Amino acid sequence: MESGPITGPVLTDGAAGETLPRSADPSGVPAKPNPAAATGDVGGTFWRRFVFRRPLAALILQRLGLSVGLLFAVSLMIFGGIEALPGDFATTYLGQSATPQAVENIRKDLGLDRPWSERYLSWLGGAVKGDFGTSWASKNSVSEQIGKRLGNSLFLAFFAALISVPLAVGLGMLAVQFRNRLPDKIINVISLAAISLPEFFIGYLLIMLFAVQYGVATFPATVYDSMTFTERLSAIALPVATLVLVVLAHMMRMTRAAILNVMSSAYVETAELKGLGTFRIIARHAAPNAVAPVINVIALNLAYLVVGVVVVEVVFVYPGMGQYMVDAVTVRDMPVVQACGLIFAAFYIFLNMAADILAILANPRLRHPR
Amino acid sequence: MNLRSIPISAWIGIIGIALALLCAIFAPFIAPFGERDVVGEIWMPAGGDFLLGTDNLGRDLLSRLIYGARTTIFVALTATVLSFALGMILSFTAAVTGGFVDQLFSRFNDLMMAVPTLIFALVVLAVLPQHLWILILVMAVLDSTRVFRIGRAVALDVAVMEFVEAARLRGEGSLWIIFREILPNTLSPLLAEFGLRFAFSILFLSTLSFLGLGIQPPAADWGGMVKDNKDGIIFGISAALVPGAAIATLAISVNLVVDWLMKRTSSLKGGRGDA
Repeated sequence: MESGPITGPVLTDGAAGETLPRSADPSGVPAKPNPAAATGDVGGTFWRRFVFRRPLAALILQRLGLSVGLLFAVSLMIFGGIEALPGDFATTYLGQSATPQAVENIRKDLGLDRPWSERYLSWLGGAVKGDFGTSWASKNSVSEQIGKRLGNSLFLAFFAALISVPLAVGLGMLAVQFRNRLPDKIINVISLAAISLPEFFIGYLLIMLFAVQYGVATFPATVYDSMTFTERLSAIALPVATLVLVVLAHMMRMTRAAILNVMSSAYVETAELKGLGTFRIIARHAAPNAVAPVINVIALNLAYLVVGVVVVEVVFVYPGMGQYMVDAVTVRDMPVVQACGLIFAAFYIFLNMAADILAILANPRLRHPR
Repeated sequence: MNLRSIPISAWIGIIGIALALLCAIFAPFIAPFGERDVVGEIWMPAGGDFLLGTDNLGRDLLSRLIYGARTTIFVALTATVLSFALGMILSFTAAVTGGFVDQLFSRFNDLMMAVPTLIFALVVLAVLPQHLWILILVMAVLDSTRVFRIGRAVALDVAVMEFVEAARLRGEGSLWIIFREILPNTLSPLLAEFGLRFAFSILFLSTLSFLGLGIQPPAADWGGMVKDNKDGIIFGISAALVPGAAIATLAISVNLVVDWLMKRTSSLKGGRGDA
């Protein structure tokens, strides 16, 4: 990273441990040839000084702040947007034939007679502290239920990611290596088909094959507290396989496109024309540039896992967040639905943010937006 | 363009779509039994009177599959058309107007896209009453966020071209610029996107129905049929796999055609076809 004319002051960046040429300035602070004058120039607010001293850390902090802000906006949408929709919780909850008195009672019971802004603030205050109120249907604490199920869901998603990520990257590289030849075409057709398969179809197909026909896997994939680790692993084998198949195709196609994009660039062609060996081209020229898009692809697809988990848990009767949410939606248990929705959205936003930050870390060019 | 230039994969896709459309349009004439008639025992095996067997209530699976094509395709297609109308009008307005309107629409769109579609749909459907038009509307609005993003990107490319500027200088209004200048020039990438969104719509509707939040029984629909018959799986009865395979076939068919359309547009523009 020692390229480029250094006109501004050379600053050591703590977070990444590398020096950044500060010729093009992202913060709008003009780069001065004289370091002393430059530092004197940015003496304004603390934030501006910070942006100048630690541009990378500032950029990451900015993304973090943006994500937190986004999460608050989403919470407002999940809570407030629903209030704005036509229909009334109490009437939909009780059904059309409810008497006005019963509706009135349940409104009071659930605290719906208070104005929505007040309810939103108390809900948000609780949510920040990890308290999501009590379920309307079972009168149990929502947080307690979520605490148990979130762990199960993460367990499932973790193993799905553990298997699918190396597999997808490997297959993607294979497809690039054999571009437009038979292996690539086979991979292309199969992945196109896999993208079009609904999650539940893959799930039931696997159940039919491995649990019913051959009897090598267990169904339903119930897990409980007293299970040992290996028992748990064998219980989640089929759900994990389903999730892997669901994510794999997307991830692989995107990896292939990302690597292909790098491989067809001018500098790789130059390296080829210089007569460098294939391995050297890939290791020294292509790989460093392909890391950023591939990391991005992986993070985006892990975010996609969040959604896949919902359907797969319902298929396999797995006690996780997704099933909790779907059950709550069918009985219109709003505190549970809102809590689950917020948590799923939080994971989604967090993973997207991680993709963003990792891409910035891996690709210095992104640190200087136009 | 001649018929010979269409690759085999695209032909397979076209045939698949045509078959599904035929089933959907002529359902009452093709189906051997009624959509809701109980005609036999529960979960009878395939063969004999019932080509694909019967379902969990003893209804003919093939007939329900054919009627299901009608519901599934109708709802998915309506939702996609609506989402395109909505997404394209908003995105083109944003691209042509620019400034504050563009910022407002784009930021709101980002906010909508910050929640996964399925999760968003679950939250919204938990509150709204169960009607078909509400389901279609929810699907359309959620899908239009994706259309908006593509539409805005494509329209921005075209909006800075000389002929648009010429139209502006001629004194044409925004509506003229949107419909007569930008729309014809963005149609071809948007057509491929339409196919992609349609395939996604089919899968999304099926998923919602499978979760019990989409089309309500007794109407036949492919996702719902999987849900109805899922308990049979554990006894080795494959009735749930048949509608699942139908969904997969239709989605694959649409994707094959889209794949070909995309390759065609990218090669027309002189882009590298292999990326």
